[in-house]
Amino acid sequence: MSGPKVGCGGSQARRAAALLTLSVLAGNTGAQTANLEIRLMAASCAACHGFDGKSTGVGLPLAGQSAEALTAKLLGFKSGSIKSTVMQQHAKGYTDPELTSLAEHFSKIK
Amino acid sequence: MDRRSFLRAGATALLLPASALRAQAQAQVVVIGGGFGGATAIRYLREFAPRARITLVEPNAEFIACPMSNRTLHGMLSVRDLARPYADFSARHGITWVRDSVTGIDPQKREIALGGSKKLFYDRLIVAPGVDFVCDRLKGMESAAARDQILHAWKAGDQTVALRNRLHALPDGATIAMHIPKVPYRCPPGPYERASLIAYHLKTNRPKSKLLVFDANPEIQSKRDLYLQAWKTHYAGILEYVPNAEVASVDAGSNTVDFSVHGKVQAKLWNIIPPQRAGQVARGAGLANVGERWCGVDFLSYESTAVKNIHVLGDAIAGSPGMPKSAHMANQEAKVCAAAIAQMLAGQAPVAKVAIANTCYSFVTHRDAIHVAAVYRYDLASKQMVAAKGAGGLSSEASAVEGIYAMAWFGNIMSDTLG
Repeated sequence: MSGPKVGCGGSQARRAAALLTLSVLAGNTGAQTANLEIRLMAASCAACHGFDGKSTGVGLPLAGQSAEALTAKLLGFKSGSIKSTVMQQHAKGYTDPELTSLAEHFSKIK
Repeated sequence: MDRRSFLRAGATALLLPASALRAQAQAQVVVIGGGFGGATAIRYLREFAPRARITLVEPNAEFIACPMSNRTLHGMLSVRDLARPYADFSARHGITWVRDSVTGIDPQKREIALGGSKKLFYDRLIVAPGVDFVCDRLKGMESAAARDQILHAWKAGDQTVALRNRLHALPDGATIAMHIPKVPYRCPPGPYERASLIAYHLKTNRPKSKLLVFDANPEIQSKRDLYLQAWKTHYAGILEYVPNAEVASVDAGSNTVDFSVHGKVQAKLWNIIPPQRAGQVARGAGLANVGERWCGVDFLSYESTAVKNIHVLGDAIAGSPGMPKSAHMANQEAKVCAAAIAQMLAGQAPVAKVAIANTCYSFVTHRDAIHVAAVYRYDLASKQMVAAKGAGGLSSEASAVEGIYAMAWFGNIMSDTLG
């Protein structure tokens, strides 16, 4: 897994700078990684629900639904309190926080 | 650290992400094959690495989807319903489409040779060639004439249309026969859907005809009980299923297949789905390192386990146990791959928390469908995709509602992949 080689001088100052950079960015990078994880999980939903959750036809749109309503639905599918053909089988593959994050993600897409 | 180097550090902190972004933007990503794997990868590279330069190498003018192609056999859909042109797709996403075939890949130089003697350089290469048929494993199917006579119709297109036309031209009372190869092959439930829909056509239009289904496997490979129920309900006396039927040889001229155990079977029309392996492009580049048939990959990036900087998607890969070769899986793998490539081009590791899903609908009549679904999560210990416990499952029964969902799935996955 080799990325592109980022040019790096040999001086100690530069190395120190790189280390500091990493620590400065660490918090930010953690949030970015979590964000990418959710974007990637949300992308999985798009196969049935359309790109960005914008369904092209009969399929059920996810984009723009309220986060609360969508979270309740997903948790309902998971617990079985809402009956479904296939969604209960999908929802059970995710943790509650993941389902909540996915609902929040789709609620922000207009 | 003195004040000056601290300031420099601050400046570098601002510069590093920019340089990573620049690396991403200047990167050349080449995608070989514009099917569910390749096209989805392009769509999502645009999301995750918006400025990367992307080239699609694809000799065909349009994509023709395999899912739903069985529905053309009894006339519910036309092959035109399954087609999407690459010209529109490449224009919409600002990619370069090279309408050519790959003749070789040089992983050392990171160069692809094309049929038209041009060469392409890549930083990251995605190989999504689908499957090739292994006709040399079927004695009697080596010649082109034999392959014209005995259709596979397992890559949607001309053969699908030809099979439909030959099926509809048969008089009532004719015997039709199919053969299913040993797993793994593209779309595990697909042959049984085809059997169901041919039987539906016979029941509706040629009620004195029969369909014999010879399966090299010991039983139905997906949605078994749902298929058996549908066949009992709708096709008793029309569809006969024969497991453990391995082909010894084919005599295309007389439409006769000789089975190791069951002897010779002649039919008015044979549909033989041949054994399969990863497409030639992948095998030629040394990517087929699993049984010399399939391509091993790292499931966090879909980078080949044989060759660095080359990623493999779709039916050509050796999936984790239980992962089917399906359009849906190829679509899902492509998104993980696209996100990973974006990260890797920026000098970062791919995300390790990955969940992907499979949803597969099959029609058992003109109207009723069944499904199988699963969620696969990356397991750090085994480095495999593992089916999430308690998730996934099958339809409780075939239904018209699932038929509507099936077509909704088709519309959305087509737009997600090639929209």
